[in-house]
Amino acid sequence: MLLSEDVYIIGAGETKFGELWERSLRELAVEAGLRAIESAGIYSKDVQLLYGSNSLGGTINSQNDIGSLIADFSGIASNHIPAIRIEASSASGAAAVREAYLGIRSGEYDCVMVGAVEKMTDLYGTEMLDHMGTMLDREWEAFFGGTPAAMAALSARKYMLDFNVPKEKLLSMSVNDHNNASMNPDAQYRNKITMEAAMESTMVAEPLNMMDCSPMSDGAAALVLCSGSFLRKRKLEGVKILSSAISQDFLALHSRRSIYTMDSTVLAARTAFERAGLKQKDISFAEVHDSYSIYGLTALEDLGFAEKGKAREVIDAGIGLGGPLPINPSGGLKAKGNPIGAVGVGQFVEAVSQISGKAGQRQVKDARVGLLQNVAGTGSTSIVHIVGGA
Amino acid sequence: MGKLSAVWRETSHRYRLVAHQCGNCKKMYFPPRDICPDCHRESIGKMMEKELSGKGKIESFTIVHDAPSAFARQRPYVLALIRLDEGPVLTAQIVDSDFSELEAGRKVRAVFRKIREDGKGGIIQYGYKFVLE
Repeated sequence: MLLSEDVYIIGAGETKFGELWERSLRELAVEAGLRAIESAGIYSKDVQLLYGSNSLGGTINSQNDIGSLIADFSGIASNHIPAIRIEASSASGAAAVREAYLGIRSGEYDCVMVGAVEKMTDLYGTEMLDHMGTMLDREWEAFFGGTPAAMAALSARKYMLDFNVPKEKLLSMSVNDHNNASMNPDAQYRNKITMEAAMESTMVAEPLNMMDCSPMSDGAAALVLCSGSFLRKRKLEGVKILSSAISQDFLALHSRRSIYTMDSTVLAARTAFERAGLKQKDISFAEVHDSYSIYGLTALEDLGFAEKGKAREVIDAGIGLGGPLPINPSGGLKAKGNPIGAVGVGQFVEAVSQISGKAGQRQVKDARVGLLQNVAGTGSTSIVHIVGGA
Repeated sequence: MGKLSAVWRETSHRYRLVAHQCGNCKKMYFPPRDICPDCHRESIGKMMEKELSGKGKIESFTIVHDAPSAFARQRPYVLALIRLDEGPVLTAQIVDSDFSELEAGRKVRAVFRKIREDGKGGIIQYGYKFVLE
C-alpha cells in the first residue's frame, strides 16, 4: 500500500467576525489569507492550490467564482495555481479543509491554502432570511415558510418533549458560548449573558428565541496546510490533522430517520475517531456547530460524548473552559459568530490557537486534541475533524 | 423564489398531495421522488403516482415569528412536521387553530390555501396547509 502523507496546519488566520459594514467580501478574504500565510512562515509562491470556501456569495453578493477572486486579490493570480470554490452550505469551510487535506494525502500537492469568507450584511435582515432558506429544501421546506431557525425549533420541541429537557438546558450552550467569546477578540458578541436575560429574549421560532440562534455575520478565516515532508524540509511547526471524515443524509429534515439525531454526524464522528485511533475521552476540547442551541445538545450526543437524550449530563458536568469537556472555547456559532461559509475554517483557527497554547485568556488547560464538527443546514452533511497530537 | 415555470411544474403535487409509491417495496414517498432510496435501481420506472388522504398527526410544531418576506403578512404562523397516515412526513403550516390547542400527536387534515405571495405584483402561490381535525 502506498504510504500517504501526513497533513499539518502550518498557518491560520481570521478576521474579526461581526457586522463589518466597511469591509467587502474580497477585503475580508485577503486579510484572513495574509494572516495565515504570515503565521505559516512561507511565501505565497509556495502555495500550489487554493480552495475558496463560501456559501452565499452567488445569492447575497452576486459574486461566484470566489476561488479566482481570492487568488486574484491575494496577488497570486499570475502564479496560475488552481483556485476553485468548495460549497456545502454551512459546512463549506470544513469541506474545503477536507479537500485540501485529501489533495496533500494523495501526494499531488505539498502546500495548499484554504480561504473561507462570507459577507452577509450587504443585505437587510428579511432579505437575508430569504437567502438563508437556500440551505433548506426550497421546494418542500422553504416554500411553505420553513426557515433554518424554524427547522431547528421543530427538532428542539420534540427533543424537549421526548427527553423532558427544560429550555434552560438549551440556553446553557449559549451562555457558555458568550462566556468564552468575551475572551475572544475576534468574536462578534463579547458580552456575557445571564440565563434570565436569555430566557426573556425575543421569540424567533418557538421554543427558540434570539439567544438560541446564531447571528448573521461577516467574516473570513484561512489556513495553510502542508505535507509532513514539506514541514520537515522547511523546518516548520504545525498542528497535525489526525483524521477527517464526512457523511451525508437526506436534504430535508422531514425525510430523515430522526428529527433530533444527525445521522451524518454520528457516522462522520465514528469514522473520525476510528481513523485517529482515539476515543471520546481523549478529546481536550470540541468546537461544535451550534447554529441553534439545540444542535449543540444533539452534537454532544451524536459525537458520542453522551447517550441520546442525555446531553444535559455533559452540560451539568461542565462545558466551560475548566470543565471536563470544554465546548466552543472560541465562543461558538452563537457568540463568535456564524459567517456561513467561513465558520468551519474559523473552528480550525481556534483549534490551532488552543493546541499551540496561544489562546490567551480562553486557553484550555493541556489542550492537546481538538474535535471540530461542521454541519450543513439541518444536518444534510456533517464533517468531523480531529486535530492535534498525543 | 417563484419563477413562473417552477410554480407551474410543482402544482400537481402541491394541489392534490400526490405522492410516489415504489412499485417494488410499496413504500410511499412525499415529497415525490423518482428513485426509491431503499430499492435504488429496482425502483426505476416503477414509482407510481398515488393521491394521499391528507390526514395525519402532528410530529412537532413551531410558531414562527421571524418570517421571510413572502410570509410577512402571515406572521406569526405555525409550521409543523406532519406524519401522514400513509407514512410520509412533510413540512407544512397549520392554520385556523388556537395556538394553545397544538400538541404533538394531534390529528390534522389538509386544506387548500394560499401559501405565499412574492412581493407586490408577484406570483401568488397555492397549495396545502393543515387544520386541526
